[in-house]
Amino acid sequence: MATSKHAVLRTEVPSDQIMRYTWVERVCHWATAATYVYCGLSGMAFFSPYLYWLVIPLGGGSTARFWHPALGLAFVAFIFWMGIMWKNDFKFIPEDYEWNRKVMFYITNQDEKMPPQARFDAGQKVFFFVMIATAVVLPLTGIVMWFPEYVPRSIHWLLPVMVFFHSVAALVSVGMIIIHVYMGTVIVPGSWRAITLGYVSRGWAMLHHALWYRKMTRGEERK
Amino acid sequence: MAKLLQIKAISGHAGPVAGANTSRDYDVCKLIDVTTCIGCKACEVACMEWNGYPTQTTTFDNTYQTMPDTKWNYWNLIRFNEFVHEDGSLQWLMRKDQCMHCADPGCLKACPADGAIVQYANGIVDFNQANCIGCQYCVTGCPFDIPKFNPQTKKVFKCTLCSDRVSNGLEPACIKSCPTGCLHFGSKEDMKELAEKRALQLRTHTPHTNAGVYDPAGVGGTHVMYVLHDIDHPERYGGLPKNPVISAWVGLWKGPLKWAGGGGIFLGLLVAAIHFLRWGPKEAEIREDLLPPAGPEANHGD
Repeated sequence: MATSKHAVLRTEVPSDQIMRYTWVERVCHWATAATYVYCGLSGMAFFSPYLYWLVIPLGGGSTARFWHPALGLAFVAFIFWMGIMWKNDFKFIPEDYEWNRKVMFYITNQDEKMPPQARFDAGQKVFFFVMIATAVVLPLTGIVMWFPEYVPRSIHWLLPVMVFFHSVAALVSVGMIIIHVYMGTVIVPGSWRAITLGYVSRGWAMLHHALWYRKMTRGEERK
Repeated sequence: MAKLLQIKAISGHAGPVAGANTSRDYDVCKLIDVTTCIGCKACEVACMEWNGYPTQTTTFDNTYQTMPDTKWNYWNLIRFNEFVHEDGSLQWLMRKDQCMHCADPGCLKACPADGAIVQYANGIVDFNQANCIGCQYCVTGCPFDIPKFNPQTKKVFKCTLCSDRVSNGLEPACIKSCPTGCLHFGSKEDMKELAEKRALQLRTHTPHTNAGVYDPAGVGGTHVMYVLHDIDHPERYGGLPKNPVISAWVGLWKGPLKWAGGGGIFLGLLVAAIHFLRWGPKEAEIREDLLPPAGPEANHGD
């Protein structure tokens, strides 16, 4: 009798992998990201004539103007959901202050000199709190820009002030996003897979989030 | 006559304007002598009629004013104001309110949409609704609160100084309808001369010894000028600003912030590219011979 080969669908995370993000966490991240990207690109188009061409893939100027504020509110809702979801993971721990002090070692790839990090490293926490701060300033300044026709004539002077601070907050957040996307896509290999498929290699976890790795593998038999 | 619509500046436009400085035609100007306006509103009717807008429901507010403010489809409004002087005498002030066609237009400066606002070399500042995206940044830039939003089409409208008539050699509709001759139209130079002459006449032969010409320098002068009874108090004429300027915040936003922001984004991408080439990705490698990094027991983040 000939042996026949047979494949079954894998249902468990492979033993050399660790689950980093659940599917709900990934949905939350990508909902935040998608709404942010639309607002960021359309916002930059409205910000400078040199970037106005960015409205083309977004459906044109009028369409971008229609969606920008609505998707902006969705972004704010999603990022607050993210904050609630990960509120324990975003708490600062003593190692984070040391990590921040030694950030130059991190930038220059001398990671052996960095303190071990929990589920999120100090840089990710700082990134999140800056994004939350801008997610508060942007809708507050944006509301009068959304409906200037309801702003009484006597306080029209407020409009350009709001536009100015809306732009400043947006630029700060764009700066943070550039770093975030750069790190997630090219600087930390494995991150892209973590936030899309959900799991990372053990080496990845040990290198970037040693404390989190220890916690995740506490129940395992040590070799 | 088509040369009268030589483009001088375009909103939200990255490059220089094609054909700038090639026209030697006169710029145009509307002169409103408020001292001879009788408030008949023929100009309001003519504006509505020429531009094809419907008759509006009037709002009574104890004056003869048609409605509180101009609308997206009502560009020309006589503002009626009763001013009581210190000696108790009453002065009835009427001012035809519409776009001032600034030489330095705040609407155009603030507008992000390529080609939505066009300033012709003859001085006319015109909105091109085909390119308007309805963001209303023009409202943010205008010191006279002129641009008005149509919520149905999500486009902004205002007085065109009848660019469609002027480009065909005709005067604006309001000018044509004025029965007292308080409205004049011609080159800015000619209108200035006429205005100064009229102001001098008022100062010399009437009690209006402070009569003067309203051509505010804060917005580079305007292509709609007024002769006022008292040049020191334009605000008495329904809120005409004494020294209109484009908000300094617009200047900060469209000047230093635009360059700092654009430069910052570019620099950020550049630094990221150089960082990548110098240091590159952080590849993980499991080494059995090395101890894990020193640190307290894993009791954080639980």
